[in-house]
Parts: sequence; C-alpha cells; structure tokens
Amino acid sequence: MKDGLTVAVPRGALFADTLDLLDRLGLDTGEVRSNDRKLLFEEAGIVTMRPSDVPTYVEHGAADIGITGKDVLLEAPERDVYELLDLGYGRCEMVVAARRGDDALGEAQRRLGRVRVGTKYPRIASEHFAQTGRQAEIVAVKGSVELAPLTGLVDGIVDLTATGRTLSENDLEVVEDIVTCTARLIANPVAHKLKADRIDELVGRIRAGLS
Amino acid sequence: MIHPIPPGTRDVLPDEMRELRAITAALGAAFERAGYGEVFTPALEYEDVLRTGDANAAGAGYRMFDEQGQVLALRSDMTIPVARMVATRFRGVEGPLRLSYSGHAYRAVEHGSGQQREFLQSGLELIGPEGAEAEAEVIALALTALDEAGLARHRVGLGDGALYRTLLDGLEVPEERRLPLLDCLSRRDLVTLELTVEELGLPSDARELLVRVPELRGGAEVLERADGPLGGRLARDALDGLRALMAALAERSVAERVILDLGLVRELSYYTGAVYEVYDPAVGFALGGGGRYDELIGRFGDPRPACGMALDVQRVHIAQAAEERLR
Repeated sequence: MKDGLTVAVPRGALFADTLDLLDRLGLDTGEVRSNDRKLLFEEAGIVTMRPSDVPTYVEHGAADIGITGKDVLLEAPERDVYELLDLGYGRCEMVVAARRGDDALGEAQRRLGRVRVGTKYPRIASEHFAQTGRQAEIVAVKGSVELAPLTGLVDGIVDLTATGRTLSENDLEVVEDIVTCTARLIANPVAHKLKADRIDELVGRIRAGLS
Repeated sequence: MIHPIPPGTRDVLPDEMRELRAITAALGAAFERAGYGEVFTPALEYEDVLRTGDANAAGAGYRMFDEQGQVLALRSDMTIPVARMVATRFRGVEGPLRLSYSGHAYRAVEHGSGQQREFLQSGLELIGPEGAEAEAEVIALALTALDEAGLARHRVGLGDGALYRTLLDGLEVPEERRLPLLDCLSRRDLVTLELTVEELGLPSDARELLVRVPELRGGAEVLERADGPLGGRLARDALDGLRALMAALAERSVAERVILDLGLVRELSYYTGAVYEVYDPAVGFALGGGGRYDELIGRFGDPRPACGMALDVQRVHIAQAAEERLR
C-alpha cells in the first residue's frame, strides 16, 4: 500500500468487492486484477491468499491489515488480531441445513440422543450445538458438504450460504440460522500500535465511505 | 527413527544457544547494574499458590500429582511465583525490593498455532514504591536492557487495565452487561464492541466514549482526547496516573519511545493500574509486557505495591536478528 501498509487480500468470493474497495482507497489494483497466478504485489503492498489464511498472515505480522469473512474469524478464535470494521459486503448466512421434508435432524435427536453434522466449520458447528443444548457429532469434511446428508453420512450440515441455491439444488433446506457473516477488516496488534496513524486514517476513510 | 518432542517445545543447538545466552546476559547485566538482584524460583508450584495469584494462571497449563497426592502445576508466568516468594522470604524486610529473573514458564497451546508451550522469560519486578516514578523506572530499564540486547526500534505500549472498568462504573452500566464488553475488548473485537455498546441505550456522548476510547493511541495528546467533559470526570484517576507516568518518562527522556494505548488489556487479572507491552516492528507479536499489580503480593499475606515487566527472550532474539540484517 502506498503508505507502507501491507494488506492481505482474500481470493475467492470476497476478491472482487475487496479490490473495488482498495480502488476507492486509491490503490492501484490493475496488476492484481490482470494476473491471477501471482500472489505477491510488492509495489501495491498487496498479498493475495485464500480467505482462511488471512488471519494467520495478519497475526504473524506478515501483513499489517487484512480482509476476510467473519466465518473465518469465528472458526479461528485463537488468532490474535484486531477486528476493526464490518465492511458490509460478502453477506452470507451460516446455517444448519438438512434434507427437505424428512426431519432427519429431529429424528436423530429424539431417537439416538445426538445428531451427526457435516461441516467445513467444526468450531462454529460444535459451538452452536453446545449453545443450544444438543449433543452433536461433528464430521469434518473439506468440500461439497451438501453431499454428506444425501448419502446418509450425516443428518444435517452447517454451512455458509449466500442465496440458498446450492442447498435447494441438492434438495436441502435451511433449518436454523446461526449467524450472519460479512467481510471484516482486521489488523495485526503490533502494527495497530506502531502504524496507528496510517491504520486510523484508512479506517476513517473506509468508515466515511460506508456511511 | 525420530523421537518427537511436544509441539511448542524445542531443542536448542549451540549456534542458537550462544545467541540466546548473549541476550539473557545483556538483559541480566542491565538489570543487575540498575540494582535488580536475580532470583530463581521453582518451575513447579502448588496449584493453590498459582490460583491464589490469579484464577487464569491456574486455568492454563499443566498439572500433576506429587507422591502425597498434592496438585502441582507448572508456572504459567513468573510474577506470581516471585510475589509468593516475596511474601514468604522477604516478610518484614523493608522495601523497596528490586528483583530480576530469567526462567521458563509454560502454557497450553492450540494445535498448529505456532505458540510456544515452554517459553523463556527475562524480567524485573520493583516491589514497594507506589506511583509513576517506579513504573517509569521499570519501563525505562526495559527499554535500555533491550538496547543493550541489540534492538533499536522497540517501543512500549502503555495503557491502564482499570480504565475501561472505571468508565463502565461511571456510566452505571449494570454488572451483567459489562462482561460482554470487556470480553470484546480482550478479544480485540471492536466491531462487536460497537454493536454491544449501541444496545446499552446510553446517551450519545457516553456511547461515543465507550467506542472511541479503545481506539485511542499515540503520544501524550491521546490523554487530552480522552479527557473530554464526560471521560475526564469518569476516568480522572486513570488519566492522571498515565499523565504523571508520561511526565516521569519524559524526565528519563524515553517518552518518545512510549505509545499510549487506552484500549490495551492484558490477559492476567492481577493488574491494578498501568499495563505495558513491548513491540518491535520486526515481530508481529508483543515481545513482552507487564504492569502495576498492587494487590497480588497482599494475596499471599504481605501487602506491598509493585510493578514489573517480563520479556520473551525468543521473540527478543527474532527482533535482534532482524535488526542485525538491517545494519
């Protein structure tokens, strides 16, 4: 970044909106947009990575600030970073979903005393079921979690959904909402002190743009 | 065949060991020269002792039974054992006491987080004097000791552990609504903090104060920004304390190396006033920290005000190596 801040930018669903935000802040994101193999853009002060790696880079100070989803932060609560701003975009819902029509979750709860839940977010899922007083067996899967209840691997899933389309295309329906997730601006705790002026200035400009 | 060691622990080989020794020697020499005598306490303490010091300190780490069935625990910091030692070995001895130490402490770590399970701390405790002068001595000495260990760009962050509680007291925020706020603050989640403050139904200047204070950091001018009509009335003691400390630091010509940070919180609950952290631009984590803990030694039966600071030697080493590369 032109004022000496390194920013961790998430590739994936938040990528386009994040680059638009950086454009509005006066960064040159041309090269980032035109080159989707390259990861480090020293001139612009941008490093790109998968969203779940952003807190790691920021915690260790490899990037001063970063942008990632609230879902990522909830899943990695041990990461010691400042959460400075809700950027508002990338809005998704973390939900419990199950096969349409047959109440597999309720059935398992009543007869077996526990539910089996497939998810890419084991922390958020176990926390949610613990909070609501239910015993859950969490099955961690890496991708296409919609498949898990269709094959009988699990009774339901915990996953992030924006429109619900992938769920309904796989005959799943939302049973419970857990939490709304949006993009967040995070900062390294040491940079937050040693580069306070630059970070505050940036936060001020984003806030002004948000309102 | 590889015989593993627990994640977060390490073997140190001669090249690294020489450098670590040079750092602990430089820190120790600076402490000794300033009149801080080195002490040694056991790595194992009775769990009750640690719990007496701080409930959090007892919650972390490693417990075991001794041959009589007593519960022992590995210390998770150095200050509680030193406080226990002062209250027993120095009872009746007039202060001030100036003590330093270099030893390992232990904590439980999250898998894959890269945290150290066993970490070497060098630090100092100034026991007896109240007030800003003592804290300025500790902060200035830590800065000097790090100079001598080869660092050049390190800074101390300075806040007040009781400030936010004082503000909540003054605004008469009910007890059950304080915990979520303090929790947001210690998790550094300023987004949820702002939302939670909105829900309190306070007048707008009070809301503004609770949201803005944790973001205030910088030089002495920060105190003036917090010292509005409302903040000043509520937090006069904390702000006056920090003002006096900044003045004492200025007299020692180190004020420009200190960053006021009114949102600074430390994990341990025994701090009663000013809290400090040490930063270096080469390391993403604080190099160490400390603060004033006027009630801790009293919990062991010999009330004496005190303040101190501990440095993580391995992180100091990372900063020192980065500094060498710059030269």
